[in-house]
Amino acid sequence: MTLMQEMSARALRLGIPISVQLDLTYRCNERCVHCYLDHDDHGEMTTAEIKDLLGQLADSGVFFLVLSGGEIMMRRDFFEILEHARALMFSVKLKTNAVMIRASDAERMRALSVDSVQISVYSHRAEVHDAITKLPGSLKRSLDGARLLRSHGVKVVFANVLMRGNAEDYRGVQALAAELGAQFTLDPTITPMMDGDRSVLALNIDSTALQAVFRDATLVGEVDEFCAPPAGPMDEKDAFDSLPCSAAHNACYVSPYGDVYPCVQFPLPSGNVRRQKFEDIWRNSAQLNEVRTITLGDLQGCSECVHGGSCSRCPGLAYTEGNMRGPSTQDCEKSFARTGVASVNLLSRRSASPNLVQIAF
Amino acid sequence: MLSRLYIAHASDIAARMLGGEMMIMSPRDSTLFTLNETASAIWQAADGATPLEEIVERHICAAFDVEPDAALRDARDLVEQLASHGVLLISEAPIP
Repeated sequence: MTLMQEMSARALRLGIPISVQLDLTYRCNERCVHCYLDHDDHGEMTTAEIKDLLGQLADSGVFFLVLSGGEIMMRRDFFEILEHARALMFSVKLKTNAVMIRASDAERMRALSVDSVQISVYSHRAEVHDAITKLPGSLKRSLDGARLLRSHGVKVVFANVLMRGNAEDYRGVQALAAELGAQFTLDPTITPMMDGDRSVLALNIDSTALQAVFRDATLVGEVDEFCAPPAGPMDEKDAFDSLPCSAAHNACYVSPYGDVYPCVQFPLPSGNVRRQKFEDIWRNSAQLNEVRTITLGDLQGCSECVHGGSCSRCPGLAYTEGNMRGPSTQDCEKSFARTGVASVNLLSRRSASPNLVQIAF
Repeated sequence: MLSRLYIAHASDIAARMLGGEMMIMSPRDSTLFTLNETASAIWQAADGATPLEEIVERHICAAFDVEPDAALRDARDLVEQLASHGVLLISEAPIP
């Protein structure tokens, strides 16, 4: 176990939110086709409110702070917030499209010792990237921002979300990342919008493309191991001791309006820091406490599934499907693409949806 | 007679107390350190103005059953190690 894993496990035992994502704004200069947010300002927290919240988060034991959006640099007070966060000794990661980053901004980020800056890059081809962001010239500007950050010694991570429009381009983004000395991460999952709208899911890559991703050794390492047949359901005792993920256990998400959720992908409103102290929400929210009661042993349709402990089931995606204790079909599809073995959930869906036969009279 | 040492946190680190132990991350390479209870007590008192000898006397000898000379020797080893990783500054003069 690494020291990081030990710290995470200790935070879990102590009930400390070691990691929090705080979205500073939902406003954005891009209009990405797959984005799960609306981009209006419904009353963002003020600078003073955010500074007060950061103090509360530090008091609650938060160590890893992700500042995201929206586009973080749309806030004029962004650097004031970042400076305050660093003065409180958070390890800060930034998520941005880097379009607005100038040399002086890169220098300030270096001087403030941010851990890393994650930049969304969808393709190495401008026509593909810009069609996704709907901002002409955005690939060039994002890459210019990335170069500035790298030239100032800031760690950069390219985040490549895969969808139908860019399914073939991840190798090009990987090569760009290597050229710039940036790290590369890939996410093949488009998630529903925060308001529940699931229409964006149509952008998800198809199963053939997903299979190809899971068989690319540059992404998954040992392909045979990664795509190995499932080991079967978890041992019952292990299942009841195992937690689905860190959401609400040692991590959570706070929106620009002060709403607290178990995770950015788990849109279950659990309190608001404008009405309650963060610590009070973290300890006493009925919603967070409900999420904390879920173990792998009491998942409906998953506990007995052959994919057992190797499944990447996201309780937030399950919640958006209607049941936080149920399966997340997107993860079932990933398990199927990876191993060729259908989950209990996929099998039951197939049997419940026989091919329609049209009978003409 | 050993010279007085003053200690202060490096400005670029991330740090938080987690269940009685200080967790520190070096920005150089994202290396994570944890300090036990006594080392955490020294870390928290590292204000750049208080000599290490005084920190050990006030925060270690007063709180733990240790022999003062041995405690100071261990504390010097600790701060030198932390300084070698760039997470703590040490100086023979107060650190502003």
